[in-house]
Amino acid sequence: MKTATFKIWRGDANGGKFVDYTTEVSEGMVVLDAVHRIQATQANDLACRWNCKAGKCGSCSAEVNGLPRLMCMTRLNDLPLDKPVTLEPMKAFPHVKDLVTDVSWNFRAKKKIKPFKPRPPDTPDGTWRMAQSDVDRVQEFRKCIECFLCQNVCHVLREHKLHDEFIGPRFFVQVAALEMHPLDIEDRTEELKQAHGIGYCNITKCCTKVCPEGITITDNAIIPLKERVVDNFYDPLGKLVKLFRPKAQK
Amino acid sequence: MPEYQTFEHDVLVIGAGGAGLRAAIEASAAGVSVGVVCKSLLGKAHTVMAEGGVAAALANVDERDNWKVHFADTMRGGQYLNNWRMAELHAKEAPDRVRELEAWGALFDRTKDGRILQRNFGGHKYPRLAHVGDRTGLEMIRTLQDHGVHRGIDVHMECTVITLLKDGDRVVGAFGYDRERGRFRLFKAKAVVLATGGIGRAYKITSNSWEYTGDGQALAYHAGAELMDMEFVQFHPTGMVWPPSVQGILVTEGVRGEGGVLQNKEGKRFMFDDIPELYKNQTADNPEEGWRYCQGDKEARRPPELLTRDHVARCIVREIKAGRGSAHGGVFLDISWIKEKIPKAAEHIKKKLPSMYHQFKQLADIDITQEPMEVGPTTHYIMGGVRVDGDTQMSTVPGLFAAGEVAAGLHGANRLGGNSLSDLLVFGQRAGKFAAQFAKEHGAGQINVAQLEQAAQHALEPFGRNETNGEGPYQIQHALQEMMQDLVGIVRKEDEMLRALEGLQKLRKRGGQVAVPGNREYNPGWHTALDLDNLLTVSEAIARAAVERKESRGAHFREDYPNKDAAAGKFNIVVRKGTDGSMQVRRQPLSEMPAELKQVVEDMK
Ligand SMILES: Cc1cc2nc3c(=O)[nH]c(=O)nc-3n(C[C@H](O)[C@H](O)[C@H](O)COP(=O)(O)OP(=O)(O)OC[C@H]3O[C@@H](n4cnc5c(N)ncnc54)[C@H](O)[C@@H]3O)c2cc1C
Ligand code: SF4
Ligand code: SF4
Ligand code: FES
Repeated sequence: MKTATFKIWRGDANGGKFVDYTTEVSEGMVVLDAVHRIQATQANDLACRWNCKAGKCGSCSAEVNGLPRLMCMTRLNDLPLDKPVTLEPMKAFPHVKDLVTDVSWNFRAKKKIKPFKPRPPDTPDGTWRMAQSDVDRVQEFRKCIECFLCQNVCHVLREHKLHDEFIGPRFFVQVAALEMHPLDIEDRTEELKQAHGIGYCNITKCCTKVCPEGITITDNAIIPLKERVVDNFYDPLGKLVKLFRPKAQK
Repeated sequence: MPEYQTFEHDVLVIGAGGAGLRAAIEASAAGVSVGVVCKSLLGKAHTVMAEGGVAAALANVDERDNWKVHFADTMRGGQYLNNWRMAELHAKEAPDRVRELEAWGALFDRTKDGRILQRNFGGHKYPRLAHVGDRTGLEMIRTLQDHGVHRGIDVHMECTVITLLKDGDRVVGAFGYDRERGRFRLFKAKAVVLATGGIGRAYKITSNSWEYTGDGQALAYHAGAELMDMEFVQFHPTGMVWPPSVQGILVTEGVRGEGGVLQNKEGKRFMFDDIPELYKNQTADNPEEGWRYCQGDKEARRPPELLTRDHVARCIVREIKAGRGSAHGGVFLDISWIKEKIPKAAEHIKKKLPSMYHQFKQLADIDITQEPMEVGPTTHYIMGGVRVDGDTQMSTVPGLFAAGEVAAGLHGANRLGGNSLSDLLVFGQRAGKFAAQFAKEHGAGQINVAQLEQAAQHALEPFGRNETNGEGPYQIQHALQEMMQDLVGIVRKEDEMLRALEGLQKLRKRGGQVAVPGNREYNPGWHTALDLDNLLTVSEAIARAAVERKESRGAHFREDYPNKDAAAGKFNIVVRKGTDGSMQVRRQPLSEMPAELKQVVEDMK
């Protein structure tokens, strides 16, 4: 049987090193399979996260040969196996152990977003009417599996560590989903500018490139949000119109 | 004594899938303090993987639908072993629970007139599953999660409960460890809701993740609660079979709901060969009628591919055993053929089944819009679980509630697709409500420190062993999975199951000698070792109940008793821990259905 070598970062917050593991590989295997095999046979205490093994839960994010990927959706036959495959944890978050990082900041950042607030129901039975064409756009954003790979590559978080001032691409996607939700009547532009720090984003599009769900984070979420902020804060006339027609642009 | 941190909540919810989150939201709305514990990160529970949809008789697509039809479908699917009260409440309350999700921000696919769209699924008479493409579970869990985070619920992520704590008869808390640092935690609570999901990891081929080790069922069992219907394990007919590394990953029933057909290697639609008596009236007898049904023709009957899962799974096994299977030991599921019927079929498939399209494209190099998939049965769901009161979801132990997959009753001998997500909402809500009420009516109990110390010591034992005096946890887990798959799988026989019970004894001995390297920090080997106890307990319950049910019904098929037995259709099988610590099995007669409900069942025959 064919074998391949994996160079896996082992260690915790106090430091670590790469350790080489050689394991058998078979047809169709993904990186997560190899990690599981190594875990079962050579390193029982090798830490990694996973749940669905089908790209649906966003648990198994890591850096494979330096690229941010879901380990369960990365096929070994797409990687050069003549040299070791390196596996490292995501870099934008504090390290816990081996391939596991402390992503709890994301859950705190999420709490800062104002919740969904629907308009009154359209019909006496308490329901609403929405056309499919009106929900398509938001459904794109709601595909997000919270893998946090986009957060991991965004330089505002990764290099500049502005975690207190910037919520990151994942949460701009969430704000966009709320702001463009056909029923929502909340206004989040003030927060976008202040607490969420959308101004720090300089549209490098690195986030869009790594999204395993193919969400066009920059073009479809961030840029329209930036426009909304600009409209609201620098366009007094537009603001006045909005006063009478809240969410006119929805 | 190992150290531990203490937390206190009025209601403690164990599990953060659909059932747990819905329970937590309800309890917190009732004004009590709520804590949620889960093994993974928030939003990663099994519920996130659900694809096809959530069943509710909204009657948006077919106005003939109502709670009575849904009730009758659920009972028929469960072969009348269901707790009829739960089936009734479920059918009546599911529509409100689904609409409520919309009010909390969920965005389901729409009908032409702007309402929630519903799709066909196996065993449901009318299109009944509200859905979002094939990622309904994600929509549901994210909606509940985002709604829940603003309600002041305390969430303890990546924390595993290893024992429930009792004061006399009553449950008064739980004890566990955080996975990140391996430190122990004590949770004091006036009421506890179990929402821990299923047991799929007891089998080798499964659609379930590492989390599904039957923790809730085992925790309840050791706390003195009764488990019911454990023999009914659902093998979903369509899991991936190739390549080997993806074996077991689910292929949603939605593929068949959208018109996908099952074929053997001769190209024959074998599902037409065997249509059970109970469903003859409702099933198409030719491909043309089946297709019209999938296209929304209200006069047409549903294609045999949409018969209940137990039946479809057995037909697939029959084809494979008869040598008519595919190259890799499955059969073919083809959706690409619809291009003969509709324009732009490829786009349509990608829109309706986007994650199936990607799953096959990325993991198997198959373009499902152009070629058939290879599929075979995979362990998917357990109908059985903690025996609860149909209205309140309280188990036979005061203060201990259970909802979702971990609870028994709603589904009887076989669950209909889509009835799980609605189960989570309906009974999560009820469990939360009644747990909060219980907490208000009862003071805090006494924590038994000895019980807690014993649990902590037991949990640390694997570190005291090594390869010379112990064995790795993964080997034992794999041996268990192989054995359950071979001996207590889709087709069962008495002698094989008795062998499995002996095998479980041996595995228990091996489990008692499990060794793990490393330390307590994020150590999956240790976590696997601790989960083993639970897997062994639920496996034994499954095997014992399966031996006791000497007939074939729903998901439980016995080669030595291939027929249904009317007498056996009058009881559920219940297991509980005896005073000597051994597992006791008994028969619990079904409770009498009220006349109105009997009438409903009769009318819908
Ligand atoms: C691939 C797939 C597709 C499916 N598709 C559908 C569908 O289309 N329609 C449908 O109706 N059903 C579907 N199902 C079934 C349905 O998704 C599940 O039955 C349902 O989500 C279970 O929800 P739950 O809330 O009971 O548990 P889960 O969502 O599994 O949550 C269990 C929770 O309990 C926690 N937990 C477990 N043990 C412990 C412990 N010891 N300590 C602390 N926490 C613990 C876990 O961490 C998790 O948070 C599908 C299932 C799968 C696997
Ligand atoms: S586009 Fe903006 S959010 Fe995305 S990676 Fe670049 S700076 Fe970050
Ligand atoms: S937006 Fe994409 S990359 Fe970012 S968390 Fe969501 S799924 Fe992951
Ligand atoms: S394990 Fe769920 S996305 Fe990889």
